[in-house]
Amino acid sequence: MYLVQFLLLSAVLFCIGVYGVLVRRNAVLVLMSIELILNAVNINLVAFGAFNRDVGAAIPGEVFALFIIAVAAAEVGVGLAMVLTIYRNRKSIDLHQVDLLKG
Amino acid sequence: MHAFLAAEGPSAAIQAGGWFLENVWIIPAIMACSFAIILFFGKRMPKGGSEIGIAAVLACFVLSLLTGAQWISEVNRADNCVAVEISEGKYECESHEGAGEQASAFGEVLGAAEEESEGAYGAGLKAVVSERTWWSNGGVNFTIGTMADGLTVTLLAVVTLVSSLVHIYSTDYVAGDRRFTHYFAFLSLFTAAMLFFVTSANTLQMIVGWELVGVCSFALIGHWWEDQANSDAALKAFLTNRVGDMGLLIGMIVLFFASGETWSIIDINKLAIDHTTSHTLLLISALCLLTAVMSKSGQFFLHTWLPDAMAGPTPVSALIHAATMVVAGIYLVARLYGVFFEGLSIAGSSINALALIGGITTLVGASLAFVQDDIKKVLAYSTISQLGYMALALGVGAWTAAIFHLFTHAFFKALLFLGAGSVSHAVHSFNMKTDMGGMRKFMPTTYKTFLIGSIALAGLPPLAGFWSKDEILVGTGGWGFFEGKPHSNGAYTVMLIMGMITAAMTAAYMTRVIYLTFYGEFRGGHHDDDHGHADAHDAHHGDPHESGPRILWPLRILAFLAVTVGFLNLPPGFLGLPKGLTERFGHYVEPSSAAKYFPKINHADPSWSLAIFSTIVVLSAVAAAYWYYFVKVNRQSPAATELVNGPTSRSSVLKAGHTLLKNRYYLDHIYDSGKPVPAVGAGIVASLFGLAAGSALGFTLDNGLNQAFLPSLTWGLSLGTVVFGIVGLALSTGVGVASFVKKPLAWATNWTHENLLDATVDQVGVRSVQAAEAVYKHIDQGVIDTAVNSAGAGSSGAGGELRRLASGKVQQYGTIMFAGATLLAGLMIIII
Amino acid sequence: MEAFIDDWGLTLVTFIPLVGALVMMAIPRVNESMHKAVALGTTLVAAVLGVLLLANFDYGAAGDLQFVVDKSWIDVINSRYIVGLDGMSLPLLLLTLGVVPLCIIYSFAHFPEPHNPKTFLTLILVLETGMLGSFIAQDLILFFVFFEVVLLPMFFLIGVWGGDDRRYASLKFFLYTLFGSALMLISFLALFFLADGTVAESAAATVNTFDMRALSTGATSVIGRSAQLWIFGGMFIGFGVKVPMFPFHTWLPDAHTQAPTVGSVILAAVLLKLGTYGFVRIAIPFLPEAAAAWAPIIGLLAVIGIIYGALGCLAQQDMKRLIAFSSVAHMGFVMLGISTLTDFGINAAVFGMVAHGLITGMLFFVAGSMKDRYHTLDMNRLGGLLLQGPKMGWILAFAAMASLGLPGLAGFWGEFPAILAAYNPAEILSAGLWRGYMVVAALGTVLAAGYLLWMVQKTAFGTPTEEFENDPHIHDVTAFEWIAWTPFLILIVVFGFYPNLIFDLTDPAVIKSLKVEGLNGTAADCLEMAKSAGEACFADLRSALGSGN
Repeated sequence: MYLVQFLLLSAVLFCIGVYGVLVRRNAVLVLMSIELILNAVNINLVAFGAFNRDVGAAIPGEVFALFIIAVAAAEVGVGLAMVLTIYRNRKSIDLHQVDLLKG
Repeated sequence: MHAFLAAEGPSAAIQAGGWFLENVWIIPAIMACSFAIILFFGKRMPKGGSEIGIAAVLACFVLSLLTGAQWISEVNRADNCVAVEISEGKYECESHEGAGEQASAFGEVLGAAEEESEGAYGAGLKAVVSERTWWSNGGVNFTIGTMADGLTVTLLAVVTLVSSLVHIYSTDYVAGDRRFTHYFAFLSLFTAAMLFFVTSANTLQMIVGWELVGVCSFALIGHWWEDQANSDAALKAFLTNRVGDMGLLIGMIVLFFASGETWSIIDINKLAIDHTTSHTLLLISALCLLTAVMSKSGQFFLHTWLPDAMAGPTPVSALIHAATMVVAGIYLVARLYGVFFEGLSIAGSSINALALIGGITTLVGASLAFVQDDIKKVLAYSTISQLGYMALALGVGAWTAAIFHLFTHAFFKALLFLGAGSVSHAVHSFNMKTDMGGMRKFMPTTYKTFLIGSIALAGLPPLAGFWSKDEILVGTGGWGFFEGKPHSNGAYTVMLIMGMITAAMTAAYMTRVIYLTFYGEFRGGHHDDDHGHADAHDAHHGDPHESGPRILWPLRILAFLAVTVGFLNLPPGFLGLPKGLTERFGHYVEPSSAAKYFPKINHADPSWSLAIFSTIVVLSAVAAAYWYYFVKVNRQSPAATELVNGPTSRSSVLKAGHTLLKNRYYLDHIYDSGKPVPAVGAGIVASLFGLAAGSALGFTLDNGLNQAFLPSLTWGLSLGTVVFGIVGLALSTGVGVASFVKKPLAWATNWTHENLLDATVDQVGVRSVQAAEAVYKHIDQGVIDTAVNSAGAGSSGAGGELRRLASGKVQQYGTIMFAGATLLAGLMIIII
Repeated sequence: MEAFIDDWGLTLVTFIPLVGALVMMAIPRVNESMHKAVALGTTLVAAVLGVLLLANFDYGAAGDLQFVVDKSWIDVINSRYIVGLDGMSLPLLLLTLGVVPLCIIYSFAHFPEPHNPKTFLTLILVLETGMLGSFIAQDLILFFVFFEVVLLPMFFLIGVWGGDDRRYASLKFFLYTLFGSALMLISFLALFFLADGTVAESAAATVNTFDMRALSTGATSVIGRSAQLWIFGGMFIGFGVKVPMFPFHTWLPDAHTQAPTVGSVILAAVLLKLGTYGFVRIAIPFLPEAAAAWAPIIGLLAVIGIIYGALGCLAQQDMKRLIAFSSVAHMGFVMLGISTLTDFGINAAVFGMVAHGLITGMLFFVAGSMKDRYHTLDMNRLGGLLLQGPKMGWILAFAAMASLGLPGLAGFWGEFPAILAAYNPAEILSAGLWRGYMVVAALGTVLAAGYLLWMVQKTAFGTPTEEFENDPHIHDVTAFEWIAWTPFLILIVVFGFYPNLIFDLTDPAVIKSLKVEGLNGTAADCLEMAKSAGEACFADLRSALGSGN
């Protein structure tokens, strides 16, 4: 087992996530892509934590992964709520139509 | 300030004293209170305040007499003391206690008595001075106080007596006037100021009193100020006096510093007589003070206000412009005689500025009195002439004669003025030619008293004027000069001749007045109401009638005095009279040189021949005038006033002279605007004035200041030329000096103000605004603002371009961010 | 009580009017009688306090500052809140305290358009604080602040309540004075940086100081001669504009003519005095040597002012403008007294300030009242005031007499001693030059009589012109006018009779102000010396002080 394999997996996941965030119009899908990105990070953290066990860091990487899972849950909750609100106001969750920041 | 007094050695004279002499301040204070009471409560009084004024002035008169009596007793005490000493050789004269200075060392009293061997001018009795601090400044104390000596008490008596009579006379004369109360208030104030002036212990007080009498004179001349002519006359009087006041201020200031910072009259005199004070400064201050004397006492060429001052009520003319105020100048000279005597070098000279001016004035006044139709103007010019006499007397060193003439003149001139007032009260006019004539039938008492006054003025024996005039003529040196041994202070022969001519002229013009007023046929009766205020009310028309008792009694009293007062100063040895009867006036009034504040003057010997000669001169003048008016004019027609074919119409020279007199020597043309005078006349008059001014200055420098002859001549010529130019310009253009100041000069100043100074300021303002506009336009708007604006415009344009980036699409932003992050990560990798 | 007065008296007197002004701001505008009551009450309280100060004043030490308060104020520039009163400021302080309530009483019956008593009276109260403060300040910055505080209310008084040409006049007044002040401020700053406060007799705590006590007792002696001359020049223009001296006077006729009556009175009575006060309090004691160098110019401008003002008067048709020009002439006498640099002359100047304040103030009052009645002051149209309002006519004649320097009235004691002093200026000055000035000044008295009597003749004498013959508006003096005027009239007479009331106070203070203590002598000693010796003496004094530092 090599660390590189995990990192590659993580990178692939990250790229898929970024692709989803930047390209998909559906807000829910974008949220899901964000989850992908976060989980890519989680994989990284766990992998580094496992492979660097001997370094003896005070807090192992897995702890950060747990934090991120918790934050991700909250984030999805807030994100979905926002999506719902946008839907109620605009009858749509197409992100291309949500351009209130347009200058 | 009194360092000098304190440092002085044993005194040579006896200090006089006594309650009245030490508290003489009460007299002016009473009149001042009277003024205040009349001013504030007079209108509510039953008699409009006149009763207060009369009560006050009578009280003052009594006090003045008591003060005078006390002075006489002090003089007697001093005489006795000297007499006893001479006989017994051991008597110690006591100075009056509480009067400041120590008793005199006895021997010096004796010495003083011996010096005064003539006996008339007795022991040196010192004036009573009581002073207290008035104000202090710069560490110097200035005092206020009174000084009482023979001169003071003489003036006190004259002022209060004439003032009392004028008060009483006025209650009738101005009865019914709308400003009756004010009139009496100002009479009181005037009397107070005059009394304050004559009791002054120092020159500062004299300045105060001097100007206060001036302002009262102003108020009373302008009493009927509704009429512009009256207020003009008042203004002229005040302004002319103000010119003199300038000399007074400067002269007194120079004296103050020249005498080591003292105002005290006694100290100033002492230092002048001691030759402690620089002679140059004495001369300068004497000349400056002379200007003041010229204006106040109507001396040539500042006399022109006095005839105009007759615009005031007649009693005022009598009191102020004849008997009292106008002699203030004479009093000033007499008071500071040490200064004038030394400054003008009166002793041993044959001419000096004071005597010369007096002499010219007396001639000018008398000559102008000839051509007046207004009876008051005749008397006014006569007053000028007589004041000239007094100045002349002081100028030649005849001090007592001058004061004695002041004394007698006050009575007979007041009498004449009040008599003229009485006549005008009846005919409502002052014009002798149109409204009088034959008045002796209507007003016998007025006529008799007026005649007495005229004889006294003309100087016929034995009336008052004769004695005083005679003494002045004697004082000029008399015949002494021709005898080669003058017994007086100098050989003032020119003055003797001037005095003699004046005596003749005086007699002649008074004869003319008597004829025009009281003889011939009554020419009045056509009373016209447009005579303005008419100097009285329009109560009675019809035939003129004699005035009431309140007018006649003052006339009678004054007539009595005009007859008798001359005997107060009989010449020594007159008709073999004992010493105790002759020269009483001089004895009691003239300060002795032993008192140290009065110069040692010589007293001329009286001369029978001079007296007889002058009397003959006067009589022949009377005869000539009598022949002209009473005989020739009367023969032509009883109503005539001049000969139809008189001398002036026959001789062109006389005619020119008449024109000159009618125009009052063109002095008013020079001061004020008038009709332009033809070039020839202007040139002649201007040359005369230039010559006079130039020679006066040249003479002063040459003799008075002992400058070399040539510079004196140069200066004299320069001044003469300047005066010639001014007078010539004034006459030929008709723009006088005062008008020049008022119109072109003041306008030029105002023009300068408006168009130069103020315009400069305005221009500065305008230019500043313009500059600011330029800055705004070119720099602010042009450079700075452009920069700012371009910055704005640039930003705005950039924004327009860049806004496309802000699509509002979050994913786009995210893409860019990601691209950027990738780029940065790539860079990081490359760099590291 | 005494301790209270000692510590707080001056501050209270100065700021009470300001407090009154604040109170009035809180009162609604319509409540006019309340405004009047508050304004009058405030000024009266201040006046009473002034009398208390007078009562507690130690006459034996009139030369020393009394009631001194010295508190920290602006530490950054060493400026402190120092106030004090000596014999030189006391008469002017009392003059201000007296004049303002009388002006307020007078204004009750004479509010000029556009009425609005609230603002009018508020401004006067602020003005009073400024004037009072200027006379008591003993710190240059404090003085400057008060000096400038005066400007603004006066600007509004003229600009709002003035005559037809009021905006021009008020702006001119404001800018001209401000221009002078700017130069003055530069001079003050130069003093701050150049003088050495620690070498003075009454030494300040620091080298750089604005403390007038230190600056007037030798702190300036370390300054070089040319710097002194420049500094004096700045103050000369600053104060000269305010006096106003020829040729900086042109704002005065306009301001006076356009100002409302009360404004003219305050302007004449007090404001002009700030300039001359500045000379005697600041310029001359601070820089005696420079003063000696400048004195011939001051004297020359003074006598030019006397003659110029008088001639200007003779050309006027407007009565108020004539009186304004006469101020130029009268202030010329004051400046002539100052230019002699003798205690005698400066005493005369202080007396002249008070006398001019009373007399010219009185003349402006009468002129204002005449304007109310006739609605014109064109002398060609006036006449016969004595017939239509005899009392007012007499008051006018009386004030004119006082103004022309009649002995026995206050004006004489300002004018005559000034002329007298000019005969004998300080030894270092040329006596001959000043004697020439004296003669010219004496000529000015003749002209003064000319224009004043001419004015009286034109307005009071004669008979009324047809225009006003039967005008029912023309009546005699009213009750309000009597109340406001009587104190003026009484004081003119009282000071005329007993001038020592003022001379007693000013004399010690003036003597002290000329006595600048150095290490080996005093500036007064130097002034007393003959010209060349005097200059050498100053040089010694300076070098001794410089090396001692």
